[in-house]
Amino acid sequence: MTAGRSKTGRSLLLLLPLLLFLVGFFVWPLFSMMSQSISDTAVLRLLPRSTEVLAGWDRQSPPTPEMQAALMEDLKAVDDDQALGDMVRRLNSARSGFRTLMGKTTTALGDTTNPPADLVSIDTRWEKPEFWLAIADALSPLTDRNLLAAVDLGRNAAGEIEHLPADKSVNRVILVRTFWIAALVTFACACIGFPYAMIAASLSGWKRDLMLGAVLLPLWTSLLVRTAAWFILLQERGLINELLQTIGLIDSPLPLIFNRTGVIIAMTHVLLPFMVLPIYSVLLTIPKNLMPAAASLGAHPLRAFLRVLLPLSLRGVASGSLLVFISAIGYYITPALIGGPGDQMISSIIAFYATGSANWGMAGALGVVLLVATLLLYSVYARLSAEEPGRR
Amino acid sequence: MEHSVAEFIRFDRITKFYGPLCVVENLDLGIEKGEFVSLLGPSGSGKTTLLMMLAGFEQPTSGNILLDGTAINDVPTHKRDMGVVFQSYALFPHMSVGENVAFPLQMRGLGKADIAGRVARALDMVQLSALVDRRPSQLSGGQQQRVALSRALVFEPRVVLMDEPLGALDKQLREQMQLDIRDLHRRLGLTIVFVTHDQSEALTMSDRVAVFNKGRIEQIGTPRQVYDEPATRFVAEFIGETNLVEGVVDAVQGQEANVRLVSGDSIVSAVSGTVTPGQTVFLSIRPERVDLSEIRGDARNCLETEVTDSVYQGDHLRVQLQNAAHPLIAKLSRRSREFPPGTKVFAGFSAGDCRVIAP
Repeated sequence: MTAGRSKTGRSLLLLLPLLLFLVGFFVWPLFSMMSQSISDTAVLRLLPRSTEVLAGWDRQSPPTPEMQAALMEDLKAVDDDQALGDMVRRLNSARSGFRTLMGKTTTALGDTTNPPADLVSIDTRWEKPEFWLAIADALSPLTDRNLLAAVDLGRNAAGEIEHLPADKSVNRVILVRTFWIAALVTFACACIGFPYAMIAASLSGWKRDLMLGAVLLPLWTSLLVRTAAWFILLQERGLINELLQTIGLIDSPLPLIFNRTGVIIAMTHVLLPFMVLPIYSVLLTIPKNLMPAAASLGAHPLRAFLRVLLPLSLRGVASGSLLVFISAIGYYITPALIGGPGDQMISSIIAFYATGSANWGMAGALGVVLLVATLLLYSVYARLSAEEPGRR
Repeated sequence: MEHSVAEFIRFDRITKFYGPLCVVENLDLGIEKGEFVSLLGPSGSGKTTLLMMLAGFEQPTSGNILLDGTAINDVPTHKRDMGVVFQSYALFPHMSVGENVAFPLQMRGLGKADIAGRVARALDMVQLSALVDRRPSQLSGGQQQRVALSRALVFEPRVVLMDEPLGALDKQLREQMQLDIRDLHRRLGLTIVFVTHDQSEALTMSDRVAVFNKGRIEQIGTPRQVYDEPATRFVAEFIGETNLVEGVVDAVQGQEANVRLVSGDSIVSAVSGTVTPGQTVFLSIRPERVDLSEIRGDARNCLETEVTDSVYQGDHLRVQLQNAAHPLIAKLSRRSREFPPGTKVFAGFSAGDCRVIAP
């Protein structure tokens, strides 16, 4: 018993590096990204006294002297400029005008020679309950603001969920565009990958190796190099346009780069292996004599394909499509380099929030939306493949 | 070339090359309607290739295949109307048993009610009606092969082709299926071309057996003919067990010949084909036709031998003998008395129980 347990313990020890790696580089970042999207402590951690006092406020009447005194105390105690900046940005996004108001207030509070009596004497805006309401709302440690904003929703003054005004609603358009581009790429990959896998599976020896090698080669090349290569091929005076013009198929160059066409071409090329390999492996498991059997039973080759080979290889097409689609919705470099402004996908927006505007909450929220969409797709696929007839 | 009116399938000087390799060489074979013909031979003898050409999966390099008097070389498989049963069953794994059997009927555009009735009858014929909704993967090997059989028969094909259909089954099941297929053949009047490398299977089931070797037919005849009257050394050795003894022809009288063996004994034997005096030949003596006794009996042929080994094998007693020049094997009925090693015995057999084969 003891020996058995110590054996299990030792074998678990072998798994330890893997578990540590997974926790450190997968579970923890994922968890912190998701918590970023709903956590909202920028205001709370700087205003502990105000939190206590504001809890007893009725959210309508003008600010009491106690409220003003508590907020002044809190603001005086702040010595971290960056934390202050975070708080101001947070409050300003809830109610515009906070940036100037806070700037003015902190300057006045810093004037030790002539300390102000209360906040209203610094700026009369402190009399208005709206500003206090914004602070009170921002004191909750959790928020759905980012998640709602990720799908172009927001809360109005009464706290009800409503659509954001059109000039702020870009996320939903970009999300739909992301799924649309991913769907087009998946479709293109399936159209090219299925016949390709069929031919490869029907060959043998070096011909098969050559075909598989050709499709695997992009996987072994750096993504940047591949994308740069497409840059050269697709541009207005690039190889493709020059060739087509030389043989006289077109008179003026085709617009292939900085638009949707270019993005789809380049992404299809990069993601093709993820379609070809699953289909190829499924095709290999289909017994070779099923098509002759179908023919002997009176099936025309086309009908034999539709009734026998196609249904049997659908499992490969489904898993290939899932792989391609999930990879495609997270694509970033290719649309950024080959696409135009109208072809940017959700990852570009996430990257903008994360590195461009340091809005980790929004970046996390969009990431969560992407993750949920992917998990939903996967669960649909898992259910479909579990019901797949003929599965062993 | 004129062929008999009843001849249904005719292979007319068929040759098939795979690259430089000749697998079927200038082969002629006629099969009658309602006949059960086995193509028997070792692997690589061309029997399966011939079947594949009849099914339309392969094209002959030269020669014609005629079905009911018309050449079918250019008819694609799906229009040949031949039911094929494969060794590995080739059932469609994504369809139920019923859907598998219905497939050829759907391909022929039959009505739903008609299809349902025919499928039910076809499955009833192989006693699988209860399994109509199962998937092939849920069936045993024998059940799968019966589904494949009923699928190949349900559309009433003109010819049924079977490519070692029982090869993957265990011995007991195989013997049961042999009898079942033979029974179906008789009841439905099917024309069946059956490929096998198992000689006992071919003898059990066939009207005629064609023995293949190296792309040619060595002999074609009823099971009794190929067993009792082997035309060549290959046939004698491939079908059943035999004693092959070398000798020289002394004289020929009608269908019999006198052969002097190396040991000096003179044997009177039936003849396959033509031999001339002075020719070196082989004698094929079936072990179960040899009788042993301790006194010289009245059999026409008698060899003086000594027992070297004797093995009890349940249904028979297998005795190894040695005479002055060559070994000999005898299979005796289990009622026979024991022959301990060292016993001097006389091995006797009639002229009709051995065969002269030109080498």
